[in-house]
Amino acid sequence: MNVLKLGAAALILSAGAAGAQEKLSVYHWFEYIPQELVDKFTAETGIEVTIDTYDSNEALLANLKAGKLGSYDVAVPGDYMVSIMLGEGMLDEIQPGELKNIGNIEPQWADVAFDPGRKHSIPYQWGSTSFMVNRDAFKGDIRTTDIIFNPPAELSGKINVLDTAGETLTFASLHLGIPQCATDRAQLKALDDLVQGAKAHWASFNSDGAKDVLVSGDVAAGMIWNGFGQKARLEGANVEYAYPKEGYIVWMDNVVLLKDAPNRAAAIKFMDFLLEPENAAAVTNFARYTAGVKGVEPFLDEELKTSPEQNPPADAPAGTFVQVCDEATQKVYDQIWTRLKQ
Amino acid sequence: MAGGGAGGGGRTQSAAFAPVRLWLLLPSWAVIAIFMGLPLLIMLVYSFLTKEFRGGVIWEFSLAAYDRFVFDRGLFGDDPPVLNTTYLTIFARSLIQALVATALCLLIGFPAAFYIATRPPEQRTLWLLLITVPYWVNLLIRTVSMKFLIRENGPLNEFLMGIGLISEPLPLVNTDIAVQLGLFYSYLPFMVLPIYAAVERYDFSLSEAAADLYADRWTILREVTLPAVRPGVIAGCILVFIPSLGAFLAPDLLGGARTFMIGSLIEEQFKGAAGDWPFGAAAATILMTIVLIALLLHARAEARREV
Repeated sequence: MNVLKLGAAALILSAGAAGAQEKLSVYHWFEYIPQELVDKFTAETGIEVTIDTYDSNEALLANLKAGKLGSYDVAVPGDYMVSIMLGEGMLDEIQPGELKNIGNIEPQWADVAFDPGRKHSIPYQWGSTSFMVNRDAFKGDIRTTDIIFNPPAELSGKINVLDTAGETLTFASLHLGIPQCATDRAQLKALDDLVQGAKAHWASFNSDGAKDVLVSGDVAAGMIWNGFGQKARLEGANVEYAYPKEGYIVWMDNVVLLKDAPNRAAAIKFMDFLLEPENAAAVTNFARYTAGVKGVEPFLDEELKTSPEQNPPADAPAGTFVQVCDEATQKVYDQIWTRLKQ
Repeated sequence: MAGGGAGGGGRTQSAAFAPVRLWLLLPSWAVIAIFMGLPLLIMLVYSFLTKEFRGGVIWEFSLAAYDRFVFDRGLFGDDPPVLNTTYLTIFARSLIQALVATALCLLIGFPAAFYIATRPPEQRTLWLLLITVPYWVNLLIRTVSMKFLIRENGPLNEFLMGIGLISEPLPLVNTDIAVQLGLFYSYLPFMVLPIYAAVERYDFSLSEAAADLYADRWTILREVTLPAVRPGVIAGCILVFIPSLGAFLAPDLLGGARTFMIGSLIEEQFKGAAGDWPFGAAAATILMTIVLIALLLHARAEARREV
């Protein structure tokens, strides 16, 4: 839908401005940037923006690998995917001094392990992956991953998990307290046994419908990203986001400069634009995650400052980033996932 | 398949076109080569290449993809190889789903097509329109709507509880029944339309003649009508069976994606974290081979009937 609208808008714009106009081609997640913000960028810079969308980090990588590199200027991969794309040589370097707003990045995100020195990326939004529980269906303690992997009778058979191996298996590893990218066979076997056994309690595997299944009542508990989860609550579901004591996943999406970008200069302008606190806040207000930019507070919706999804309780553990495994280890995890869905 | 009507008149004209025939055929050949031959060739070649980590291929010959399909070497890949049942199970599941969907479509589609074809001509258009109207809407939207209809607090369950037929809502979403419902709903017109085309051409005086010769209704249907409309029935079955076999929208949305279908297994190889392109290509090749063998066997049986 959005793509269509954008496409139509782009057509109208290009018809008006006889060719010589600057362009920008963005490859982005679904439902992740407000249209008003894109219009504002076009109004400020005169650059015409087209956006294509993807629904997982892996789909982004697959499409770039299948020959799309060179047709997009920027993309918005998650943390671990930034390091994978860096390793694949898909990212261009931002030269020192090119971004005038680079100083706006929050100090904690100014230098990150997945892009040392922030040479190829800027923060877009960050958030967490955990789960929500319908409080009409279950009133007990939800701050434990048992809800997903060893659920109480009220929730058994009414659980949705994310349909991505990375997040769901990492969450299972947190439940077991084993490291990610484990090489210890006993630990991997335990992980395999855990998910095989837990599957009997799961109603569905759904990522892009993770909000919908909670709002509609198809499931009573479901893994979800915090901002998406807040939308579920705001749409009227009596659901509560959990920060389990075993841990949860934390992630950051980043705007990266793609290699062979056809409109590199426009891409730099777009990144600078997104580093303006007012614009970063507009994304946050839309997507309900958290910006990695300083000075956004005055522009944020009031309820974001106190919402339970964005503000973990003081005693919640720290979140864990998804790690990138080597080929041999990844193969075992792929095998576990395939067996799970056999 | 259900053709044969355009035979006689064309033959005398074709002599006039003989000198330029090859040139006139060129567009069709080009379409077949570019849009069918080339993609299939790429698929076949990729299935014999070496997998690159995180998607992509290395241009070295390898049988690893087929090996992965046939042999199971355990979770860690170093157990002694045994026959791999994982993918066979997935294939069998998809095959059964597609067969059941085809049978369901035939069960409903055949009488429906028959009914439409026996209406007065001016009514038929309306009936056909009603059959095709849902197809003006995108498949994804229709599948999601189906989910809305059958979910626990949806209209279907509310209706059934309202009339007192059931006291608890039926858990339909995320079951095989829901998947069947989705496939049936998605592909029903593919069954109705070819059968309708065949029945419409059927000469009902043949049925009357059979009745005059003391055949009962069942015998007329089996011995006279069915053989005459057979090509339409077969075309309908093939048109429903093949897309059902590769479907992943209905299984994912209505079935909850708890298990892989052939379609989602292949998709995962290209879009998922696993990223094994040669294996995805090999699975697609194997699927196509199975379908092709089935169709060839059918064609041979047909040929034998005609002799």
